Amino acid sequence: MSRVLRDLFRYNREFAIGIVLLAFVLLISAASFVSPYPPNDSFVVPPDLPPSWPYILGTTSRGQDVFWLLTFAIRNTLLFGFTVALLSRILSLVIGLVAGYAGGLVDRVLMSINDTFIVIPLFPILVLFYFVMRDRMSWALLALAMSCLGWAYDARLIRSVAMSLRTREFTETSIFSGMSMRQILVEEHLPYVLPIVFSTTMNNINWSIGLEVTLSVLGFTDINTPTIGVLIYWANQHTALVAGVWWWILFPVMLVIITFVGLFLLAVSMNEYIDPRSRLSRVGG
Amino acid sequence: MTPPLLEVREVVKAYSMGSVLSRHRIRAVEGVSFTMKAERPEIFTIIGESGSGKTTLARMILNTVSPTAGTIRFRGTDLSKIWRGRDRLAFMRGVQPIFQNPFDAFNPLKQIDRYLFTTARRMAGLRTVKEIEDRADQALKKVGLSLVEIRGRFPHELSGGQLQRIAIARALISTPALIVADEPVSMIDASLRMSIVNLLRNLRDEMGVSIIYITHDLATAYYISDRIIIMRKGRVVEGGDARAVLDNPQHPYSIQLKQAVLSPDAAGSGGALLSAGLVESQAELGELT
Amino acid sequence: MAPATAAPRAPAKENGKAEATIEPVLVVSGLRAYFQTSSFGVEREVRAVDDISFHVGANEIYGLAGESSSGKTTLIKTVAGAIRPPLRVLSGSVVFDFRGRRVSVYDSDPQVMDEIRWKHLSYIMQGSMNVLNPVRRVRHSFVDFAFRHIGRKMPEFMDIVRTHLQRLHLTPAVLDAYPHQLSGGMRQRVTIALATVCRPEFIIADEPTTALDVIVQNGVLAMLRDVQREIRSSIIFVTHDMAVHANLCDRLGIMYAGRLVEEGRTADVFKAPKHPYTAHLIASLPRIGYVAARKGLEGTPPNLADPPSGCRFHPRCPLAADICRRQAPPMTWSSPGHRVACFAAATGSAQ
Repeated sequence: MSRVLRDLFRYNREFAIGIVLLAFVLLISAASFVSPYPPNDSFVVPPDLPPSWPYILGTTSRGQDVFWLLTFAIRNTLLFGFTVALLSRILSLVIGLVAGYAGGLVDRVLMSINDTFIVIPLFPILVLFYFVMRDRMSWALLALAMSCLGWAYDARLIRSVAMSLRTREFTETSIFSGMSMRQILVEEHLPYVLPIVFSTTMNNINWSIGLEVTLSVLGFTDINTPTIGVLIYWANQHTALVAGVWWWILFPVMLVIITFVGLFLLAVSMNEYIDPRSRLSRVGG
Repeated sequence: MTPPLLEVREVVKAYSMGSVLSRHRIRAVEGVSFTMKAERPEIFTIIGESGSGKTTLARMILNTVSPTAGTIRFRGTDLSKIWRGRDRLAFMRGVQPIFQNPFDAFNPLKQIDRYLFTTARRMAGLRTVKEIEDRADQALKKVGLSLVEIRGRFPHELSGGQLQRIAIARALISTPALIVADEPVSMIDASLRMSIVNLLRNLRDEMGVSIIYITHDLATAYYISDRIIIMRKGRVVEGGDARAVLDNPQHPYSIQLKQAVLSPDAAGSGGALLSAGLVESQAELGELT
Repeated sequence: MAPATAAPRAPAKENGKAEATIEPVLVVSGLRAYFQTSSFGVEREVRAVDDISFHVGANEIYGLAGESSSGKTTLIKTVAGAIRPPLRVLSGSVVFDFRGRRVSVYDSDPQVMDEIRWKHLSYIMQGSMNVLNPVRRVRHSFVDFAFRHIGRKMPEFMDIVRTHLQRLHLTPAVLDAYPHQLSGGMRQRVTIALATVCRPEFIIADEPTTALDVIVQNGVLAMLRDVQREIRSSIIFVTHDMAVHANLCDRLGIMYAGRLVEEGRTADVFKAPKHPYTAHLIASLPRIGYVAARKGLEGTPPNLADPPSGCRFHPRCPLAADICRRQAPPMTWSSPGHRVACFAAATGSAQ
């Protein structure tokens, strides 16, 4: 694995740029651990200062240092993205592999659930979810809701791969070697779908961050946990752009764009690396 | 009296095809019966072209597809009555498959020895690493390989012939009474083909394993079979002692099949053996239009 | 370095009187084509075609036999000029002579090659679906491939196509069928009709009957043979099935690990094979009516990324001597029209 990463870093420019961008973003989020101010305290610094030393990204109208606030926001946003991606990946893997392998009735039941999730409109559901939960709405609840909504497409993709694996002779060999269904799915089939999962993970993180920012900007989330979206929400509440406090909006937006681009480049380069044709020319066929 | 090794009685397999509106059933196998005795191991060959139902029949004998009608009994046990996991394992201990494409018989991403070890652990019930490795080595020795040669190797590092030998070795680990080999040499290079065919013959002669050999190749069938059946469109058109049937086929289809086999001895004849073979195309177009 | 292979530019002289009348339509000399890949720091070189010279005469079916990884498919791709990276031609030449018009595949413009394809040089492949467009009627495939080469008006062109189909005992009704409505054998017949409608001088057939059933295969081969006799074109026919070669081909070349190891008239090769590999291949063929034990060949096929030294067959050869390990045997004429690359065959028979 480390050799793979080294090779990718050395021979694939997209991967190198993506890694550098993400490392930058991670470094900023790591800085939150040494922040001099707690994230939710306001009026700890003079308000509305433009970027200048020692407030390198300026301060907000609520008397918060934009740089240190941003470190918390990006940390929460990333964590949110990773959580959603992880949970929805697990769901899509289990459902996709089982449906593809078992076939028949199991497949039909699972896929009808899957199709339901594909056709229901996400955004109204999440807004509705907010209005039902109101004050009980939290970061973790939203992550859970979004992972329940985010697995369906990839489960279908994984199922189609699993279905073709089911017909391969080695699956039959595994059965006649006495392997259990769990063993076949985990040891024989999982390695084939993991590459797909890797690249969709990046896209899924992007998707969930994007949706979270959208919901937060509109105020449909827990606005007391600082995320990039919540930051922009508060900036809008204080009409930052009209008041000329552009740095309150610009820097969060820039950071989220850097995150998007970094993840996108990683997804693209990994796709190239796991492409069977490219893989064949490396291991020989 | 001991029950027969395998008893196939009036087996039918039908598949539903088409959409909701134009549903029709295709009968892949239609009323096939034969019996293999337990006392004397034999190579029983099923000959057929594509679409003859020979692979479907093999799958039913392996119990991976269940028949629409009719029964298959292995040592007296009805395959459709096997439900519990333990019974399934017991059945698989007695009947093992060999597949057509040796390059696909093992997961290309996995080391090949793991299939031998898993079979030894699960199917032969061995516990210690030493026992398991010894059993795998013994099985490999029977096919002319050894554990040292293949330990830690991946499928793409081995030739088709080696892979097919390993597949046979794996099947032998659970000491089966019956091996179902579906076109085991059709994807093997010509120079390696005969050694695999000879190996199958050795299994019968030296280890007392019965073999169901499925093929479209009359020449290798003649070479190793004791009994054959010839299938066409799901039905058995002719069957009996292999040499007798192939030396002197009676059914028109069998005769046609035998005549179509190209002999290498005709070298330089300028295609005298190539039949006109154009009748069939006219018939097909009749169906088409 | 391998010693220079005896590559007769004008083979007619050396072949003796019997074949003196044959003028080569295709001359391949000293052809080397390697797969060279470099991906994420891993460099590989696969020597799929290594120093091959042969010719194909007019009105002749030349068979090319070999197992998987013998390089036979790569060879004919290279001959057809249908190479794509990572496959590269390192040296050698491929020259066609279409009734006086000489075309060197690797010295010509792409335009010239485009013009030649289908009109003078056509292909029949294993998967007929590569040629027939699966979503359009067969008629359109004929128009797409052949219309511009025949250069007539559309009704006249369709008449030519219909006559051609009838000559091949196919009803013109196939023109209105979709490829999926036809059986595998019928599709392959249509592909042959498509490849021959422009009456090309040269046809390359890559395992065209491998996926077919025995009875159907027989008919398709007969049709190919008939159409060849009628339009008097040359064919390179590739298959691993020696029985097909025996029944179809006039001359036969045997490939092993990227090299040509034996070549001669089909009857000669089958009756008196000179190379131990050929001898084994023929002796091991099972025949109906014979039950005497036949042996398989020991050892494994060579890895073209790391071929054995000297003669590439030596690790599996029962006659291997010291020199075989050190030097690659050159192609030498063992009798008129029959050449072989083997040190043992030069001193005695392989049998």
